[in-house]
Amino acid sequence: MLATNQTAETASANKRSNPLLNFLNSKKVVPYIFVSPFIISFIVLTLYPAIRGIMMSFQSVLPGQVEFIGLANYERVFNPTFYKALMNTSIYVVLTVVILTILPIIFAVILDSKLVKLKTLFRASLFMPTLASTIVAGMIFRLMFGETDSGAANQIISLFGLDPVNWRYHAWSGMFLMVLLCVWRWLGVNILYFLAALQNVPNELYEAADIDGASIFQKFRFVTLPFLKPVTIFVVTISIINGFRMFEESFVFWEAGSPNNIGLTVVGYIYQQGIQQNDMGFGAAIGVILMIIIFIISFIQLILTGAFKRGDQ
Amino acid sequence: MNKRGTSNALKWFTNIGMAIVCLIALFPVIMLLISSFRPSTELMRTGISLNFDWSMLNLDNYTYIFTQSAEYWTWYTNSLVISAITIVLSLFFSSMVGYALAVYDFKGKHLFFTFVVFILMVPFEILMLPLFQMMISFQLVNSYLGVIIPMIVAPIAVFFFRQYALGLPVQLMDAARIDGATEYGIFFKIMLPLMAPSLGAMAILQGLGSWNNFLWPLIVLRSNDMFTLPIGLATLLTPYGNNYDVLIAGSVMTIVPIIILFIFFQRYFVAGLTTGGVKG
Repeated sequence: MLATNQTAETASANKRSNPLLNFLNSKKVVPYIFVSPFIISFIVLTLYPAIRGIMMSFQSVLPGQVEFIGLANYERVFNPTFYKALMNTSIYVVLTVVILTILPIIFAVILDSKLVKLKTLFRASLFMPTLASTIVAGMIFRLMFGETDSGAANQIISLFGLDPVNWRYHAWSGMFLMVLLCVWRWLGVNILYFLAALQNVPNELYEAADIDGASIFQKFRFVTLPFLKPVTIFVVTISIINGFRMFEESFVFWEAGSPNNIGLTVVGYIYQQGIQQNDMGFGAAIGVILMIIIFIISFIQLILTGAFKRGDQ
Repeated sequence: MNKRGTSNALKWFTNIGMAIVCLIALFPVIMLLISSFRPSTELMRTGISLNFDWSMLNLDNYTYIFTQSAEYWTWYTNSLVISAITIVLSLFFSSMVGYALAVYDFKGKHLFFTFVVFILMVPFEILMLPLFQMMISFQLVNSYLGVIIPMIVAPIAVFFFRQYALGLPVQLMDAARIDGATEYGIFFKIMLPLMAPSLGAMAILQGLGSWNNFLWPLIVLRSNDMFTLPIGLATLLTPYGNNYDVLIAGSVMTIVPIIILFIFFQRYFVAGLTTGGVKG
C-alpha cells in the first residue's frame, strides 16, 4: 500500500515540476479543496446567519439604523398571537405525526403482503400527490373545499345529509384542511420508507411464527413492528421537524392572514412580523425560540431512541 | 377448502379497499384535470364541483395560457432556470464534499461530518431573516442568484453522496495514481461516473425541492417578472386574482417538467429516498 502510494507520488512528481500544482494535488490538500464548498457555505450561509439572527433578536432593526434593545423583543414575543401560533403548530404537529406514521405502516404492510395484486399501480397512485407542489395541491383543495354549496366537498357531505361548511372560516375545519393537505402529499413517501424497511424482515420469522400458531395481529405486533422501529423513529423525527417548519399549507389557504388567526403558524408569524411588517428583530426573536423548541425536541428524541449509545458512526 | 374461501374473500376485500384508497388519493388530481377543461367563469362561480355540464368542456384555458399569458411563461422560465442551475450546482458541490468525506482520510473529517448532520437539523426557516438581510446588503434581492445561493450545498445531498461513495472501489484510485492521474482527474473521470445512480436520485430530489420551493423565493423575489411558478400561481389565488384560466391550466402545466424529470431518473428514485432515510 505504502509502496504504491510512493510510486504514484514519484510518478506525478516526475510529470509535473510546478510546485504549486504539486501542492494542490497532494493527498493532504485535496480533501480540503473538495470539502471547501461545504466549509465556505457552512460559515457564510449557516454559522454567520445563525449568529447574526441571535444578535438581531436583541436589536431593533430598521433600514439604516440598528439599535440594541436587550430583551425587549422577547418580552413582546410572548403575546396571545404567538401562543395562538404555537398552539396551532403543536396541534398540527401531533395530528400529522400520528396520522403520517400509523396510516403508512398499515398501507405498507398491506402492499407488502401477498394479498394485494397490482402493487406497483397502487404504490404509484399513492405516491403521485407528492409530485404536486403544496401550492398547486392547496389550490385544488381550496377550490374543492369552497364556501359555496357547489364545491365538491360540500356536495359530498350533503350526500350524508350534512349542511354545507364554510371550510376556511372555522378553527376546526381550517386545521382539518391543513392536516389533510399535508397527509395527502406525504402519505406516499412515508409508505415508501416503510416498504423499504419491510424488505429487511426475514421470511423465516413469519414461518416460525406460523408454526407457533400466531395470529395475523400477533405476527404484526411481535415480528413486523420491531423491524420497523428504526424507520418509525426516522419518520417521526422528520415529521415533527417539518411540522414545526410548516408555512405553505397555511399560506395557500389564507395568504396574509386567516380569520382569528386560525391558520397562523410559528413560521407564518416570523414571515408576517419579519418580512411583511419589516420588524426583523422581532421576527428573529421568534426564530430563536423556534430554534430552541426544535433543538429540545430533537435532543429528547435522541435520548429516547438511544442514538447517543450507538457510538460515532 | 373453507380456509381458502375466507382467504379469497380477504383478498377481494383488501384489493378493493386499496383500489378505493388509491382512487381517493388520485381524486383531487383527476378533479384538477377535468376542471382545467371547464370554462374559467364557471370555475370561479362554483369552485371544483362534482356536477358539471360535460358539454361545456373545452380547451379555452389552455389556449389562453399558451397564447395570451406571457406572464405565466415568464414565471415558467424563471422556475426552469433556477431549478436547472440549482440541480447542477448542488449536485456538483455536494457530490464533491460527500465523496471526499467517504474516500479520504484527513484531519477534521469527523468534525465536518458532524457539522453536516447538525445542519440537517437546523431548519432553514430560522435562518431566513438574517439571510434575507445578507441578500439585501449584497444587493441580491429580486435576482436568480439570491434564490440559488442558499441552496448550493445541500446537507441532505452531502449526506446521501457520502453514504453512496463509501461503497466505491477505492483500489481504482491507486491504479489511476500510478498512471499519473491527478486527484481531480480521478474524481471527475473515474469516480463521478461511478456515482451516476446517486446523482440521478439526487437530481430528482433537488429538482423537486427547487421546482416546488416557496418560502425563500417568496421572500427574495419582489417583482412579478422575477416570480417563480409557485409564487406566481399563489398571487392568482388572492381575492383580487380572478385569472382562474391561468391558475388551473397553469397548475396542470407545472407538473409536466416533474413528470419528465421523473421518467428520466425514476429508476434511482426509490433507492435514493430509502438510502437517505433508513440507514440514517
